[in-house]
Amino acid sequence: MHNGPVPTKPAPARATPAMAGSPANWPEFDAAVRPTDTFARRHIGPNAAEIREMLQSLGYDSLEALVDATVPRTIRTRAPLAIGEPRGEFELIQELKKIASLNRVLRSAIGMGYSDTITPPVIQRNILENPGWYTQYTPYQAEIAQGRLEALLNFQTMVSDLTALPLANASLLDEGTAAAEAMNMCRAISAEQGGERGTFYVAEDCHPQTIAVVKTRADSLGIQCVVGPADAADFTSRNYCGILLQYPTTDGRVVDYTTLIARAHAAGTLAVVAADLLALTLIRPPGEFGADIAVGSTQRFGVPMGFGGPHAAYMSTRTEFARKLPGRLVGVSRDAQGNPAYRLAIQTREQHIRREKATSNICTAQVLLAIMASMYAVYHGPRGLRRIAQRVHRLTRLLADRLSELGHQLCDAPYFDTLRLRVKGVSADAILEKARSLGFNLRRFDEHTVGISLDETTTVVEVNTLLNAFTSDHSWTGTGHAIGASGFHEIADLPAEDLLQGFARASAYLTHTVFNRYHSETEMLRYIRRLESRDLSLTHSMIPLGSCTMKLNATSEMLPVTWEAFSRLHPFAPADQALGYQQIFSDLRRWLADITGFAAVSLQPNAGSQGEYAGLLAIRGYHESRGERRRDVCLIPVSAHGTNPSSAVVAGFEVVPVACDARGNVELEDLKKKAAAHADRLGALMITYPSTHGVFEEEVAEVCRVVHDHGGQVYMDGANMNAQVGLTRPAEIGADVCHLNLHKTFCIPHGGGGPGMGPIAVAPQLVPFLPADPLDASGPVGPVSAAPHGSASILLIPWVYIALMGGEGLTRATQVAILNANYMAKRLGPHFPILFKGANGRVAHEFVIDCRQFEARSGVKVEDLAKRLIDFGFHAPTMSWPVPGTMMIEPTESESKSELDRFCDAMITIREEIRAIEQGRADRTDNVLKNAPHTAAVLISDEWRHPYPREQAAYPAPWLRERKFWPAVARIDNPWGDRNLVCTCPPMAEYEEQSSPEPAGV
Amino acid sequence: METPANYRYLPSHEWHFAEGDTVTIGITHFAAEELTDVTFVGLPKVGTKVQADQRFGEIESVKATSDLYSGISGSVIEVNSELATNPGLVNSDPYKKGWMIKVKVSTPAELQRLLSVEDYLKKAGH
Repeated sequence: MHNGPVPTKPAPARATPAMAGSPANWPEFDAAVRPTDTFARRHIGPNAAEIREMLQSLGYDSLEALVDATVPRTIRTRAPLAIGEPRGEFELIQELKKIASLNRVLRSAIGMGYSDTITPPVIQRNILENPGWYTQYTPYQAEIAQGRLEALLNFQTMVSDLTALPLANASLLDEGTAAAEAMNMCRAISAEQGGERGTFYVAEDCHPQTIAVVKTRADSLGIQCVVGPADAADFTSRNYCGILLQYPTTDGRVVDYTTLIARAHAAGTLAVVAADLLALTLIRPPGEFGADIAVGSTQRFGVPMGFGGPHAAYMSTRTEFARKLPGRLVGVSRDAQGNPAYRLAIQTREQHIRREKATSNICTAQVLLAIMASMYAVYHGPRGLRRIAQRVHRLTRLLADRLSELGHQLCDAPYFDTLRLRVKGVSADAILEKARSLGFNLRRFDEHTVGISLDETTTVVEVNTLLNAFTSDHSWTGTGHAIGASGFHEIADLPAEDLLQGFARASAYLTHTVFNRYHSETEMLRYIRRLESRDLSLTHSMIPLGSCTMKLNATSEMLPVTWEAFSRLHPFAPADQALGYQQIFSDLRRWLADITGFAAVSLQPNAGSQGEYAGLLAIRGYHESRGERRRDVCLIPVSAHGTNPSSAVVAGFEVVPVACDARGNVELEDLKKKAAAHADRLGALMITYPSTHGVFEEEVAEVCRVVHDHGGQVYMDGANMNAQVGLTRPAEIGADVCHLNLHKTFCIPHGGGGPGMGPIAVAPQLVPFLPADPLDASGPVGPVSAAPHGSASILLIPWVYIALMGGEGLTRATQVAILNANYMAKRLGPHFPILFKGANGRVAHEFVIDCRQFEARSGVKVEDLAKRLIDFGFHAPTMSWPVPGTMMIEPTESESKSELDRFCDAMITIREEIRAIEQGRADRTDNVLKNAPHTAAVLISDEWRHPYPREQAAYPAPWLRERKFWPAVARIDNPWGDRNLVCTCPPMAEYEEQSSPEPAGV
Repeated sequence: METPANYRYLPSHEWHFAEGDTVTIGITHFAAEELTDVTFVGLPKVGTKVQADQRFGEIESVKATSDLYSGISGSVIEVNSELATNPGLVNSDPYKKGWMIKVKVSTPAELQRLLSVEDYLKKAGH
């Protein structure tokens, strides 16, 4: 009896080298000795018996029959996936190690905003490699997310302190997009202050990839972007909404911007400073010389470079701009017991509420990486960070002195960790070549000029070795006059103030207890674990979030992410050092092209929102290339996710909503009317498939045809790809471009709100309009991310997933995802109305249950159900979207029947609890739902005045005796927090009032 | 809560109360209920010109954000600064303490175009 999906037909023999003496019945033999650690049966939750049982309850005799009844015949594919046979986990990991060995990890001295860093092992093992952290969802259910919300509040406090600006978000995608966000924020603020300004100045000594990303965004937003020397900005004759400055500059200079910013302010121009956080531990922070907004990367705070990502970018600003700040913001509020509690603040700024009025489309960010960076600051504390920065700076100074002695010409500005030098008597290329032979990558500025950037991992021996690249004396071995012990002591003894020629930072930072308490590994470990224990993740129970696809993130998929051969590569390392990555990218592009049916794939967009943006830019570029720049109308069904309309606006489109009918389908007549009305200007339609209401729309092919007939292109939102893989393809349905949320369908973990990846796949006519390389933006469409392949290191996760599953396993996963949803809909249907169904009464891979009917008779709102689910140890499904007052449930294929049953039982029990209120057997305001979630503190309190027993509150289901998840706080008061905005760590006194003090740290 | 009979309304739920050439503007109880707990009211500075049927500010709750519209043209002569620290007044007392701006009207006839309480209630669907 096998446990999972095995091929129902004999698998075809693989091409195997002829072996001497191979048996005549080779295919049978081959099948008999295949690896036993097959993966699909591990990834897919229900076993064969459970699948049969579930199918039976729905009245089908096979998965194929269920799919036939669910997916419209017109769009079913005739070409199965050509991805190949499934692989064993062990075997594939061995192969991946070989691929990894094709990468050559040289020491990077390239800089450009990416520095090698030491990830403290306690953080690597207990956060980055820990499913308790990486399988969490975005902290919308704040009561069961207090751990990561605290870590993110630490992140905000860290950024706010280091930049000396009071309000910081958590977080953005990379420095380039953060700068682009800041530009749009400047324009929005200028509009508010009476007169929108449409030009933005960028100092030419910003990182080149940042400039390229800002230019792409400026172009789509209709902002004129002027690039030039910082001090040449003419504020009097030009109406700039803002200016972007790099600090220190991309070639390492620490520049005093005080006067420049004062001039900008006098003209009503805002100042954005892209600053290096490690440098800010030593040099004057942007908030102290007038910056209005600071942006940057937190990568070098313990997050590996990963050939470009993922890592978190930051943004901080003045309090008065709170409502213009993009991205998620954690704030402090209080719970029903009056205790401090964290939750996401002023979410009304965000795209999911503001839609086309949002100034940013950012959604999934980089939570896991922001948490790592914040923990790095917690572990090192202010003194530790300062020591790291001083050490890097001293080594840089040592290097600079010796380079000068060797006759190379350095610029005489103060520097922190990066030098630009004009080399004497030899070409830059020769130096680069020699450095490579010594194991280092340097930066090339031009034929005579190179850049060197040091980091936390640099050693004195390495500085010595590096110097070898700069001597013409080839016989010199590096022990001579390079760095003697005396030279080093001379530098080591210098106080930091002298090192930085008047730029030294005087103000304190990271003074909060949290940054000064956990400096021993024991304390750190316990702090990380304590926070983790407050958060519900996939390690506890299913997280049935509609549209979010919280499936298994398998350990084998995660293993390679932290392998040095992948994690330590600089995004701009020479191509011949990244051959392993190139193979991964090429496989992944081919597979994703097969899965979508499209011609080409760009792996650059590092979130779904960025994929939407890149896809729409491709459409715009296509229209422009045909002389149809006027095609700037984007039709979007009202049922679309809020990110769609905000991405359309950011990409320069005007949004025209299209109506949906009572079944949640696009109203064909309204679409035809709108397409005809805007025929001259119709650029695109954005559509999600299956629909956001969880239904395979029958008329989707017709919808695409209408748009094409009127000259538009069809953008498909790939959020629901988990219901398509192997059964149909966006291209076969009629779309021209789609993005893929690799963090949904393809197993990149949600990380508590990121990282994600949103590559796009396009039809042949759009191929020339894929995003350009950030350092070679010569194509018609500029780059959308700072790194050429976005968050490259996490592309390994979908690579492993797809390779392990094979075409057959992937298709099976889709079938079971549809089965699981239909099984749950069948069980819950008698208790909660299922709002939308397809032609045969079937739902897709998710479904919407109505909860609006309870309020009139019992006062119970959907939020009360969500909070009561916490008492059962479950994360609520997606709430009030796409329809207010409902829940959208997506089980995914990874959940077993017993887990689905447990969730359904919980929901049905809650329905009965509501019935007790409806029938007057329970109080209308003082009941288990309104008071949920119940904390341990409330339940063991000497005072218990509720009309129901404690047992019912805490253990409403028998299995809770064995697996109870205790929420850290009671119901959180959201309005109170938004009315009293606090977004940095509150004083410790507020905690100590309600808990005993912790032992003093080191 | 009653909807005052001597106020004039926009279909977008703003009320207008005229005393001489000064018109006070706020949002109706119905609108405040729909928004749920108001957390922020963004209002123009004194001296700002407002236009009939144009946006003059925005209002936020935990759940939603909406633009605020004026039914009349004129210039803002007073702003309810109380709302900056206590936006919940819009929920607790929408017609009195929850007022938003006072406008010196430039075209008094515009007031006659606005909805009567009966017409507003009909349009608002309650």
